[in-house]
Amino acid sequence: MKIAIASGKGGTGKTTLSTNLSVLLSETERVVLTDLDVEEPNSGLFIKGDLKSEEIKYKMIPEWKEDTCTLCGECQKNCNFHAVIQLGPQIMVFPELCHSCFACSELCPTNSLPMQAQRMGTIKEYQYRQMAFVESCLDIGQEQAVPLIGQTNEYVNQKFDEDYIMIFDAPPGTSCPVIEATKDVDYVILVTEPTPFGLHDLKLAVETMKELKKDYGVVINRYGLGNDDVIDYCKEENVTVLAKIPNSRKVAEIYSKGKLIYNEIPEIKEQFLKLKEFILTRKKEFVQ
Amino acid sequence: MKIAFTAKGTDWDSQMDPRFGRTEYILVYDDEKETFESFDNRDIENEAHGAGPKTSQKLFELGAQVLITGNGPGGNAATVLQKAGVKSFIGAGGMNVKEAYKAYKNNELKEF
Repeated sequence: MKIAIASGKGGTGKTTLSTNLSVLLSETERVVLTDLDVEEPNSGLFIKGDLKSEEIKYKMIPEWKEDTCTLCGECQKNCNFHAVIQLGPQIMVFPELCHSCFACSELCPTNSLPMQAQRMGTIKEYQYRQMAFVESCLDIGQEQAVPLIGQTNEYVNQKFDEDYIMIFDAPPGTSCPVIEATKDVDYVILVTEPTPFGLHDLKLAVETMKELKKDYGVVINRYGLGNDDVIDYCKEENVTVLAKIPNSRKVAEIYSKGKLIYNEIPEIKEQFLKLKEFILTRKKEFVQ
Repeated sequence: MKIAFTAKGTDWDSQMDPRFGRTEYILVYDDEKETFESFDNRDIENEAHGAGPKTSQKLFELGAQVLITGNGPGGNAATVLQKAGVKSFIGAGGMNVKEAYKAYKNNELKEF
């Protein structure tokens, strides 16, 4: 079963929830945690496992062959992203704009834009206690998260069978990277905080999940802070609140040392156990 | 020489558009022939990606040698403009086209 932890607003606790929930689940279940926030993966700050394998990932980018090109201009007509531009007697390719769709390359009458592999990032797999941890990271200077998120999902699908509980730490926001990270999961947990900002972005995230026709629920982190507007919104919209993690200075202190919180404070553990139970119930239904 | 402006309208009194790639209009003044033309660039709103290179390419096709704009082109656009041999002058975002032209003539705009 696949579960994505997403948020809308950044900094609401996706990584805190992903790491703590995964480790708690792994006490009794087979779990793989995957960090899909490839632009700035940070689950690894809390999960320091033994490196088991590392793969370099590539995306395909066209390369212009001047000697065979007839400057017919087909390539730039076919590129939806203006990644291929004809400028007088030359063709310019912008790798940062290219979406690796192959249109320019396949439709070039003289094969003058062959696709070439370009390195974009790495996928590392670690073992942490009983749990597998996959960390995906874009190279510095790379601008597109989506291709690497897609390849990371493929990696996890190949390496781990359906019996695993797969937790995905998603990127923040509601744009393409989040869509790519959540589109194939069975359930999405949206983490928010009870502040005006948290509510604003939660609404966007809920709209996105509705559009994707996803099953989702909300976890309110730092509960007790701000106001009750998030709770009221969830009631009005019939959104399930799965857990409320109390706001606590002690959590911030433990977190700032790079440690897990679920086992340190009873009120916090209670909320994580509630989430665990919810997921195990879901998994049973899912298997049937 | 052809001088291109990014603008929100089609004549000398129009406000400059501070944006380059997503400018609403491109105005081209030929200071030798003393001709003034406007080109509608509003189609660019439908483009999610690559507005900079696309508008740069338009300037190349229009034969502009100088660009006068506001905020300045981004990285991809700048690469195309450089290849196309277009010199860019920025900082005219708050002016109208007439004022921007004067400022350019008086060397008051910063070369990008």
